[in-house]
Amino acid sequence: MSDLIQIAQDTILAPVGLIETDLDRMLGELTSSAIDAADIYFQSSRLESWVLEDGIIKEGSYSIEQGAGIRAISGDKTGFAYSDELQLPTLLEAAKAARAITRSGAERSVQITGLPTPRQLYAPINPLPSLTETDKVDLLRRVDAEARKQDPRVRQVIVSLVGAQDVVLVAAIDGTLNADVRPLVRLNVHVIAEQNGRREQGSSGGGARKAFDFFLQEERALGYAREAVRQALVNLDAIEAPAGTMPVVLGPGWPGVLLHEAVGHGLEGDFNRKGTSAFSGRLGEQVASSCCTVVDDGTLPGRRGSLNVDDEGTESQCTVLIENGILKGYMQDKHNARLMKVDSTGNGRRESYAHLPMPRMTNTYMLAGESDPEEILSSVEKGLYAVNFGGGQVDITSGQFVFSASEAYLIENGKVTRPVKGATLIGNGPETMTKVSMVGSDLKLDAGVGVCGKEGQSVPVGVGQPTLKIDELTVGGTGQ
Amino acid sequence: MINMQQRQTQLEQLVDDLLSEAKRQGATAAEAGVSSDAGLSLTVRMGAPETIEHTRDNGLGVTVYFGQRKGSASTSDFSPQAIKETVEAACNFARYTSEDPCAGLADAGLMATELPNLDLYHPWDLAVDEAIELATRCETAARDEDERIFNSEGATLNSHSGLHVYGNTHGFIGGYPSSHHSLSCAVVGKEGENMQRDYWYTLSRLSGEMELPELVGKVAAQRTVSRLGSRRITTQQAPVIFQADVAVGLLRSFIGAIRGSALYRKASFLLDSLDDQVFPGFVNIHEEPHLLRGLASAAYDNEGVATTQWDYISDGILQSYVLDSYAARKLGMQTTGNAGGVRNLRINSGALDLQGLLKKMDSGLLVTELMGQGLNMVTGDYSRGAAGFWVENGEIQYPVEEITIAGNLREMFMGLQEVGTDVETRSSVQTGSWLIDRMMIAGG
Repeated sequence: MSDLIQIAQDTILAPVGLIETDLDRMLGELTSSAIDAADIYFQSSRLESWVLEDGIIKEGSYSIEQGAGIRAISGDKTGFAYSDELQLPTLLEAAKAARAITRSGAERSVQITGLPTPRQLYAPINPLPSLTETDKVDLLRRVDAEARKQDPRVRQVIVSLVGAQDVVLVAAIDGTLNADVRPLVRLNVHVIAEQNGRREQGSSGGGARKAFDFFLQEERALGYAREAVRQALVNLDAIEAPAGTMPVVLGPGWPGVLLHEAVGHGLEGDFNRKGTSAFSGRLGEQVASSCCTVVDDGTLPGRRGSLNVDDEGTESQCTVLIENGILKGYMQDKHNARLMKVDSTGNGRRESYAHLPMPRMTNTYMLAGESDPEEILSSVEKGLYAVNFGGGQVDITSGQFVFSASEAYLIENGKVTRPVKGATLIGNGPETMTKVSMVGSDLKLDAGVGVCGKEGQSVPVGVGQPTLKIDELTVGGTGQ
Repeated sequence: MINMQQRQTQLEQLVDDLLSEAKRQGATAAEAGVSSDAGLSLTVRMGAPETIEHTRDNGLGVTVYFGQRKGSASTSDFSPQAIKETVEAACNFARYTSEDPCAGLADAGLMATELPNLDLYHPWDLAVDEAIELATRCETAARDEDERIFNSEGATLNSHSGLHVYGNTHGFIGGYPSSHHSLSCAVVGKEGENMQRDYWYTLSRLSGEMELPELVGKVAAQRTVSRLGSRRITTQQAPVIFQADVAVGLLRSFIGAIRGSALYRKASFLLDSLDDQVFPGFVNIHEEPHLLRGLASAAYDNEGVATTQWDYISDGILQSYVLDSYAARKLGMQTTGNAGGVRNLRINSGALDLQGLLKKMDSGLLVTELMGQGLNMVTGDYSRGAAGFWVENGEIQYPVEEITIAGNLREMFMGLQEVGTDVETRSSVQTGSWLIDRMMIAGG
């Protein structure tokens, strides 16, 4: 038995007196000739967060959640029930409710098959006690001090530190029994600077599936403080952003939110099974310029979006979505994969036991190209250079997507000149990707703070890309 | 199923246990909230049930104070052992947080003493089969409305009832059951290569007050079809109408800018604007927390403070901020009973309906959808993706997409020309459509 399954059983099942034969009983309750798939997802998670504001440790909070979600699928119908009481009678009742979508048939027995190969993209630790409370508080104070000492124009500093451990155990009637122990830490710094009555903000942060000492290494936390201040000060000098369609150069790393919105969501299996995505039915077609190769990779060690196994117990993998501009594949969970007669790509994710899994991204990024970033910038006569972004959004049916720059500059005659105010960029996914004309050699992944929302469910994700040039994108500034 | 009165008594006992445990562990003050919610969420797609979800959510949270230091903890586990551990966790955190002179419960004298029944609880005894039938009628109406509707994301019916109880060591305890029911539908249309989706929904505390399923489906289909053939427009400055459902977002942004937490952090473009002209003189914005069956009605706020009617804007002048007791202390003011947000906010309408607004605008952009989070609350700079319709001579000409609209909220508020009579009532923040004199539109 894998260590992860042992940890999950010790953490979730043992304290409530559930044993492996109880799992068999529940799965038995879910099997009938009319049920194509069914699973039970146990979860136990703990989370703590700290907030420093106005120079004091203002808040500390802790939460612990646990429960089980039970799903039964017949054809394309899904029945779902969940409970935060992990008692056998309650769970059996939930199983009955979930399978009520079908008329009952003969019960089958379930055999848990092949044991999963142990895999460790991150250590199965609980990051919460990985620093003492005194050291956490001290870390927040040092970040605050670092931000304030950068510049007297800094007026407000807010620092938040979050740590979480998520233990999950999945058993399914297809024989799956798998588990994962997922640590996750995050530190964010938000700064407001003021100059001659004008106020602007900057923010930075990072995170990983590691212990809290991640922030102490290489002065990471202090680096976030310096970066947040730098951005706020840049914005103090920003002029109106231009309005209209123009060449746009995106910096490396976090601007990869472009890929997440412009292609990522549109390549999730559920939308493509239903035929509601602008990319539906386009496998094998050219959907991006030939310099674009985009992957979704859940196997990067320690990254925020990585998973040993997804929330259906399938090992995560590196899925090529677009290769040299050609659409190669969709991201799948088991349900949509079964209906599309392909294999799951390990992208079945859920916010918690109280939510149904669906195809979701992990770490989505574009592979490095051959251009020198300097050469990309110098190829633009007049355009926008955007290096930091807030969030984005996409309408997967029309293909329209937006993402909002929080740090951007004008490019004039091949040179980066003045900073401009934040502006929303808008494009059409499949169209915009064909306008990527240069891809840099400087692939970078984001710092590890991404959260993706879909149908009301949030999951941690990563993005990344090299510097790239889009020949035409609409920039939503106020300047003429 | 146990009745709500019994359940409420149980939850009140839980709050009491949490507060007693907090005191036992040495807290000088504490507050606790417990909620319990159950319901059904069901989607019918392409004429057949797609998902049937039975939801049941429990949660409890406790905040303890040791003098001016504070700690919080929460859990979904209601067992006595969990209560003890949750309080312990909160107390542990309070050892490490700082002395904060503004921390603490709201003042005892402000606690609500009258807890009127606001008629928020209307459970819907809805069998799964009936729910499937309603959602099917809704989706079928949408799919039959126009031959260009070729696909669907389905119709979703939600029906939930819950209880929330809050108490604190001033001796305040309050609780009430509430219900909400909704039906939504999203369909996909196609014309040539152009594919569009749109949706519609109805929402109420009382199932009998919801729109008919067929109407919800029909409107969803009409909205989708009206977007087919969307094109871009050129970059230009023009007047803009925000249709009522998207104008709600502008009103929410206004509230966000006068919220205490944004103000004491100096993170608002309306900092130090009290008594200033923020909107044109015809604008009044009013909060009415005790509306019967209101979507956000409550007799007390998240700190137990009595809620009252409140004017935020009178004749265009900013009258008050939106404060809880912490922000109020930070700003040297008094709480406005808004811990947890505003409850039933309304901006007064003028005399024109949406057609009237289009005539008044003559030529410009009608925005029916916004995309992205392009709002900087510190500066008020506003830049968002938009879709809608181009209007000339007061008439809709054609649908538009892949454009942005940009401006600054301070100027947009002052540039408000008229608020429509077509009030969006499915929101706790209610407004008609807004006509704004001028914004920058970026397009092709």
